[in-house]
Amino acid sequence: MAAIRFSNVFKRYSSGQDALLGVNFELASGEMSFLTGHSGAGKSTLMKLIMLMERPSRGQVWVGQQDLSRLHRSQIPLLRRQVGVVFQNHQLLFDRTVFDNVALPLQISGYDPADAARRVRAALDKVGLLDREKHNPIMLSTGEQQRVGIARAIVHKPRLLLADEPTGNLDPELSEDIMRLFEQFNQIGTTVLIASHDHSLINRMHHRVLTLRNGRLIADD
Amino acid sequence: MTNKRSAPDNTPRRGARQHRVESADRRRSWRRHHVSVAKGALLRLRQTPVASFMTLAVLAIALALPGFLLAALSNLQALTSGWDTQPRIALYMQTELSDAAIDRFSRELLLRDDLSGVELISRQKGLEEFREYSAFADLLEQLDANPLPAVIMVTPLSDNPVQLPLLKEELAAMSQVSDAVLDMEWVQRLDAVLALAQRGSYVLGGLLALAVLLVVGNTVRMTIESRRDEILVSKLVGATDAWVRRPFLYSGFWFGLLGGVLAWLLVQVALSLLSDPAQALAELYLNRFQLQGLGLEGSLLMLGASVLLGLAGSWLAVARHLREIEPGEV
Repeated sequence: MAAIRFSNVFKRYSSGQDALLGVNFELASGEMSFLTGHSGAGKSTLMKLIMLMERPSRGQVWVGQQDLSRLHRSQIPLLRRQVGVVFQNHQLLFDRTVFDNVALPLQISGYDPADAARRVRAALDKVGLLDREKHNPIMLSTGEQQRVGIARAIVHKPRLLLADEPTGNLDPELSEDIMRLFEQFNQIGTTVLIASHDHSLINRMHHRVLTLRNGRLIADD
Repeated sequence: MTNKRSAPDNTPRRGARQHRVESADRRRSWRRHHVSVAKGALLRLRQTPVASFMTLAVLAIALALPGFLLAALSNLQALTSGWDTQPRIALYMQTELSDAAIDRFSRELLLRDDLSGVELISRQKGLEEFREYSAFADLLEQLDANPLPAVIMVTPLSDNPVQLPLLKEELAAMSQVSDAVLDMEWVQRLDAVLALAQRGSYVLGGLLALAVLLVVGNTVRMTIESRRDEILVSKLVGATDAWVRRPFLYSGFWFGLLGGVLAWLLVQVALSLLSDPAQALAELYLNRFQLQGLGLEGSLLMLGASVLLGLAGSWLAVARHLREIEPGEV
C-alpha cells in the first residue's frame, strides 16, 4: 500500500509562480526516501501538499487511503495527527519547556497526562535529550533544538514522518546522527520522506532519491 | 520528465503501531482541556495586571451605566406607582372664608354623587406641612398672618379625560372656590418622561453593549496576535479549530464575568450613595419608599449579559482572525 501518492500534481501560487508541474510518484508504506533539488525546486511545496498546508492547483495527492482533495477543512487536523513533521526552522515554542513542546501533539490528541508524560520522556530519550526536559528550548544549541523538533514529530508514533531540511544548519557529524535517527524510525515501520539538498549525506545513506528541478520530478533512483 | 515508480527494496516488516485514544479518554481529556484552558486564560489576565485591569474598568463602566440607569428608572417607577394616580382636583378656597364656612362647604361637596372623596386641608394644617417640608419655613415667621389658602382635594368618580376638565370648570365656578387645579396631567407627563428615559436607556445600553463587544474583541485579537506561533504550531500538529479557539473564548468569558462583577459593584455603590437623598425626597411626597438595588434578578441579568457579551466579543475576534493564521506560510 502506498503511504503517499502524487498523481499529476500541479501547484501554481496566486503570485503566478509555478512550484510543481505534473509530479507523479508513490512512496510505499514503510519506505524511506530523500527529496532533493535546488532551492526553489518545489521540495517545500511538495511537503506542504502532503500536510494540506497548501492545496494542489491540479492533480491528486493521496496519503494512505485518503484522497486529500476530498478532505474537508474540518478533517485536516485528523490527517495531521497521523503525520509527524520536522521543520528546518524547528518551530519550537519558547514560552514553555522542552517537555511541554514535545507534549503538545499528545495534548492536542487528548492523551492522558500520565501516559503522555511517559511517551514524551521516551521520545526525548530517543533523541538523547532526556536531561533537558525542564529547559527552555531557547537555552539549547541549534542541533539540540532540531532534535527537540524531531522528538515532537515522533512522540505520537506517526505512520508518516516528513522532514524539511532537517539538517539545514547543522555540522556534518550532527547531520549524520540525525539521519541515522530517521533511519531508526524507518526500521520500526515508519514511512520517512526527507527533503534535503545535502548531496554528500544523501549519497552515503543509500536510500531512494527523488530529484526535483523547476517543479518537475526529473529523477527517481 | 522521468517518473517511474521504483519498488522499495526494504519493504516494511510491520507498520508502526498507531496510538488509539478511547472515546471515554477523549471525553475526559476534553474536560481536562476545558479546565486547564479556563485556568490558563485567567492566569494570563493576571500576567498583565495593569492592562487587564484597564480593560476590565472600561467594561465595568460600560456595563454599569445602563445597569444604573435601568435600576434608577425602575426605582422611579416604583415610586410613582406608590402614588395615587387617581386624578384629583385641588380646590383653592377664597381666603376671606371662615374655617367654619369652608368646613361646611366641604361637607356639601361630600353629598355630590360625582365625587368619591373629599379631603380638607385647612389653612392651619397647610401651614404646618409647609413648615415641616419647605426650606422657606423661616419666611413664614416674618409674616403676620397665614398666607396659605385652605385647600379641598376632591377625587372625582370618573377618570374620563373629557369629563374631568368639565367638572373642574364647574367646581372652579363656585363662589367659594378661587381656583381649581386638575393634578392628573403632571403624573401623566411624568409617566411619559419615564417611558422616554427607559427607551433612552435601552438605546444607550445597546450602544454600550456594542462598545463592550468591541473592547473584548480587540483585546482578544491582540492576545491572538501575541500567540500566533503557538496557534501555527498547534494547527500543524493537528489541533482542531475548536481546540485553538478555546483559550480565547475563555479569555472573553473571564473578561465578561469579571467586568460584570465590577459593574455590579459600581451600580450598588452608586445606588447606596443615592439612597439617603432619595428617601428624603420620597418623604416629601408622604410616600413610604425604599430605594431598591438591582435585586437578584437584575444582578443575574447583568452578569449573564456581560458574560454573553464577553463570549460574543471574543467569538467575533476568533472567527475573524484565527482563520487568517493558517500554517501555509511556515
